[in-house]
Amino acid sequence: MSIKADNLIWKIGRTTVLDGVSLEAQPGKMLGLLGPNGSGKTSLLRLLAGLKRPHSGRITLDNSDLSTMARSAIARRVAFVEQHASTNANLKVIDVVKLGRFPHRSMFSDWTVADDEAVESALSRAGMTGKRNQGWNSLSGGEKQRAHIARALAQSPQELILDEPTNHLDIQHQIGLMRLVAELPVTSIIAMHDLNHAAMFCDQLVVLERGKVVASGTPDKVLTQDLLRDVFVVDARVETSPHHSRPHIHYLR
Amino acid sequence: MIRHIAGTAALLLFSLCVVALAIGISVGIGDLPIPLGTTWFAVTNKLGWTAVPLNRIHETVIWDYRLSRALVAAFCGAGLALSGAIMQSLLRNPLAEPYVLGISAGASTGAVAIVILGVGAGVVSLSAGAFAGAFAAFFFVALLSNGTRGGADRTILAGVAASQLFNATTSYIVTTSGNAQQARDVMFWLLGSFGGVRWPEFALVSVVLGIGLLVCLCYARVLDAFAFGDEAASALGVNVGRARIILFAVTAMMTATIVSMVGSIGFVGLVVPHAARFLVGPLHIRLLPACAIAGAIFMVAADIASRAIIPQQVLPIGVVTALVGVPFFSIILYRFQRPS
Repeated sequence: MSIKADNLIWKIGRTTVLDGVSLEAQPGKMLGLLGPNGSGKTSLLRLLAGLKRPHSGRITLDNSDLSTMARSAIARRVAFVEQHASTNANLKVIDVVKLGRFPHRSMFSDWTVADDEAVESALSRAGMTGKRNQGWNSLSGGEKQRAHIARALAQSPQELILDEPTNHLDIQHQIGLMRLVAELPVTSIIAMHDLNHAAMFCDQLVVLERGKVVASGTPDKVLTQDLLRDVFVVDARVETSPHHSRPHIHYLR
Repeated sequence: MIRHIAGTAALLLFSLCVVALAIGISVGIGDLPIPLGTTWFAVTNKLGWTAVPLNRIHETVIWDYRLSRALVAAFCGAGLALSGAIMQSLLRNPLAEPYVLGISAGASTGAVAIVILGVGAGVVSLSAGAFAGAFAAFFFVALLSNGTRGGADRTILAGVAASQLFNATTSYIVTTSGNAQQARDVMFWLLGSFGGVRWPEFALVSVVLGIGLLVCLCYARVLDAFAFGDEAASALGVNVGRARIILFAVTAMMTATIVSMVGSIGFVGLVVPHAARFLVGPLHIRLLPACAIAGAIFMVAADIASRAIIPQQVLPIGVVTALVGVPFFSIILYRFQRPS
């Protein structure tokens, strides 16, 4: 068992954003979080990353309650890639990736060989080794996103949480990034909008609508024509792709 | 690695020598010019390293007036630049500066309350009043920005509101007081002056700044983690609320001490961190010492200029720093327009 959420309720003011959400991520698998805009995906990811506390319900990491864990202990285990993370400090890629070692170091401890290894392996996994000395402002959108993923990997997480990481990327970088995440040896939870990409890369899907889970399971169970019509309000046909044998969605006009 | 450390140490030593040289030059400038060598021997004599006979008048001027002034100027420059760098990082705003939380406005209100309204009945000094005013403004901002939970934008807006309120109060008191001389005195104090500072001021500012610099250096990595915002810092395991409150309190303490001592000297805290970033990059373990040293040099140089530009007359230090600062500020504005 990896991350498990049990009956989460979260409100902003009087508005209930998440209403009794439960899910369970399988170790080493990729869980896709789907839902229309405003369905609560980002809020749910923030709760799962321990950045906000649910008003009720419980999140557990391998049976330990997230609310009883220290911030730094959570950060040593769960890495979070935000949707809009920008900076006006012109850090080098290597400095950004090194930030990932923050939770593993105390205030006065020196940089260790283990830190170096984690950073190098994160850079190489994200394909950013060649860009290590580039300034943040000189990176393209795809490179920034990969640098964020490298930073998250440098945290040596067991769980990786990503909020719409393929936003604003071209198709090559979208597919490249999804493949990168799918091949990582960590449990990942990824919020996304592209249903075909979700079907291709995710092992498991959870669909949110107005703060409630309306479907969950494997892509072929979840992505049905009825669900597409009811939740996403689109007319579509779902077929099994002859190329990758995963569900493929044809949107009809 | 060892070469790297040796290089950094050499650079640090060199820049401290530049600070010392600037202080030496500053001591030499004035109605009675004093050669650099005399100042050097005056210091080494005092330390017991040498026993060179010196002109008594020179020695008196060095020890009683100019050295303390130059040292306080160096520390104030260092403190303002350091505070500015921390504000810019924490608030993620390139235009943030030490007074962004309303501290100088609060200090001015505290000062006029003492000087013009006569609060404290002559027992409380102008500095104490200014310090109290500065912290009143700081707490007002903390309250308005919802303690530690408010984000950067909210904190900046609260600071703007506080500055407006306290500046308006100051203006109200000054314009209704009807005493032109008092108003002039307050104006002069607001623009900043190292005129009255002696060794007790040096002792206070060096202790406050020493502690402040140490705390900030301990938080250098935490400040790096704020690069992508509060939430990203939190996701990296930073206790954001605690870090913000400690860093805000330390910068407020440093800034309030400086403002209450020498007035609100502008632009150092805004300009120097940007200049330092160009030189050593955005990582705080290098940026913070660089700010402290560059700020010290800049302020001592500005103090020299304030006495040297017009013979027989001392310009308010704030006027000099702004004259240098405004063109620099324009460049920063211009640069930050381009990339987006």
